[in-house]
Amino acid sequence: MEQNAAVNAQRKPRKEKRSQFSGMSKALVRRETISAYLFLLPSLFFFVGFVVFPMIICVVYSFLHMGLNSSATTFAGFANYIRMFQDPVFIKGFWNTVLIVVVAVPTVTAFSLWVSSAIYQMNALTRSFFRCVFYLPVVTGTVAVTVVWKWMFNPYNGLLNQIFDSVGFDWLGNEKTAIWCIIMILFTTSIGQPIVLYVAALGNVDQSLIEAAQVDGATKLQVFWKIKWPQIMPTTLYILIITTINSFQCFALIQLLTSGGPNGSTSTIMYYIFDTVYRYQDFGYANAMGVVLALIIAVFSAIQFKVTKSDNLEAAGYEYREK
Amino acid sequence: MNIAKSKLSGTSPGYKVVTLIILFVLAILFLFPLYWIITGSFKDAITINARTPQWFPLKPTLQNYVKLFKQPAFKWLFNTVFMAVGSMILTCLSASLAGYALAKKRFYGRGVLFTLIVCAMALPKQVIVIPLLQEMNFLHLANNLWAVILPTVGWPFGVFLMKQFSETTPTEILEAARVDGSGELRTFFSIVFPMIKPGVGALAIFTFVNSWNDYFLQLIMLTKREVWTISLGIARLQGEMSSDFGLIMAGATLAAIPIVTVFIVFQKYFTQGIAMGAVKG
Repeated sequence: MEQNAAVNAQRKPRKEKRSQFSGMSKALVRRETISAYLFLLPSLFFFVGFVVFPMIICVVYSFLHMGLNSSATTFAGFANYIRMFQDPVFIKGFWNTVLIVVVAVPTVTAFSLWVSSAIYQMNALTRSFFRCVFYLPVVTGTVAVTVVWKWMFNPYNGLLNQIFDSVGFDWLGNEKTAIWCIIMILFTTSIGQPIVLYVAALGNVDQSLIEAAQVDGATKLQVFWKIKWPQIMPTTLYILIITTINSFQCFALIQLLTSGGPNGSTSTIMYYIFDTVYRYQDFGYANAMGVVLALIIAVFSAIQFKVTKSDNLEAAGYEYREK
Repeated sequence: MNIAKSKLSGTSPGYKVVTLIILFVLAILFLFPLYWIITGSFKDAITINARTPQWFPLKPTLQNYVKLFKQPAFKWLFNTVFMAVGSMILTCLSASLAGYALAKKRFYGRGVLFTLIVCAMALPKQVIVIPLLQEMNFLHLANNLWAVILPTVGWPFGVFLMKQFSETTPTEILEAARVDGSGELRTFFSIVFPMIKPGVGALAIFTFVNSWNDYFLQLIMLTKREVWTISLGIARLQGEMSSDFGLIMAGATLAAIPIVTVFIVFQKYFTQGIAMGAVKG
């Protein structure tokens, strides 16, 4: 959790916290605190009421045996958590989720970095054209994108089988291909935001450093790895984390394309939670899985933060400037 | 001169042309699903079920749309617009006030609150839907569009984004205003708000698009046909008449066109907002 906060807030000056009130009289601090909370009030109402409060309840529920009949609720201790490790459906969902994340996150990051490097120095019109095109699948909406893919994957009148002359092949009904179809669509709906971020970050790289390196005879690859890469590292980190979170949460695609099938081969933790709520009405267990999913995401984010945060980040003189 | 320059940057013209060609091919592949949705909505059943694809509808028909509007599709569209606009207005108002306070005020609990906001942003929001659903039942908001709007407004990304933007307002001006006897609210609306307007624009478009496409929350909260959004409508149509792709594509067109138009018109704000949210941590 701590790291998660640090990821996004890493550039918050540290000393600010200690000397927050320096040079302020007690009365002024009180006045400022009251007025600040009045400004925060509307937002806090929604945030606490519809985010923080349900989160706390969610943790509480995860320790209960709880179904549709609320009078039958009993305390469960860690039973819901222990059950997960013995539940083959959950374990299968866990590994499917891991597969999706492990494949999607590096490919999305690498591909978006390549596209951004190619387009960020083009003229404004071409740049925004490409940025727009790669963002369109995100905007079009998961449901609209998913239904058209479902048609294209259709065994009988789908475009893919017509092109490959393989009419009758069921892409989504085959245990080997179904999850790859989902990863592919997830890929097309995930690269929009990283490209926007990378284009902005690459535009912020200190041009004088690049020119100096070129004068000294650095090759294009050297310029990239020694100068640009360290400077866009914070952006890379942010992209890794948002893509990880996104891939973990992939749901609509699975629900609409395969409903977790065939034979559980596309069921993820997220989908299994949904199934547990609606098919089995086991709310305690579903909430426990929700808590575990949140913890897994937190751990993944923390690891990425640790691994990616190289020591020479500061040494590279990295500093973000506004554009 | 030219040769020297291209040597300096290490790119040959050939490499550039190849990159451009690859990019264009990729662009076509990325645009294709949208193209296929729109053209598909104008194809009749025979064309859609043919064994060979028809790349462009040679005999365009409106029959899919006629069928679509036998469903309450306009109602679904209206619901979606209401939900997205409601979330947008409330988020922009509350988040710009809160973001300003977090950026420019010094107060007790500031650090804790900011940490809480950042942590909440990283958590999957789907996790909280069960308690949220019960809460909405308790508040008599089940099957009401507000059940989707309220959690969307509560999601703290907006506050985070507005804090980033508010930090750019110069403190000296705020202090000058205070010395001149300007009240807190007046300072906010006449000085801060005009300065963070681009940020509010970015947040508005971002919230609008996200809320429009937040299928999961809609799926959980809205179960009655008359309160469905357009996304739920298409998803359900697909479940009920899975082989009538013309009808489903007509629904998908109806869902996609408004949001894609909004995105293209306000593209500048949108990309700015995304970049600001991350870049200026």
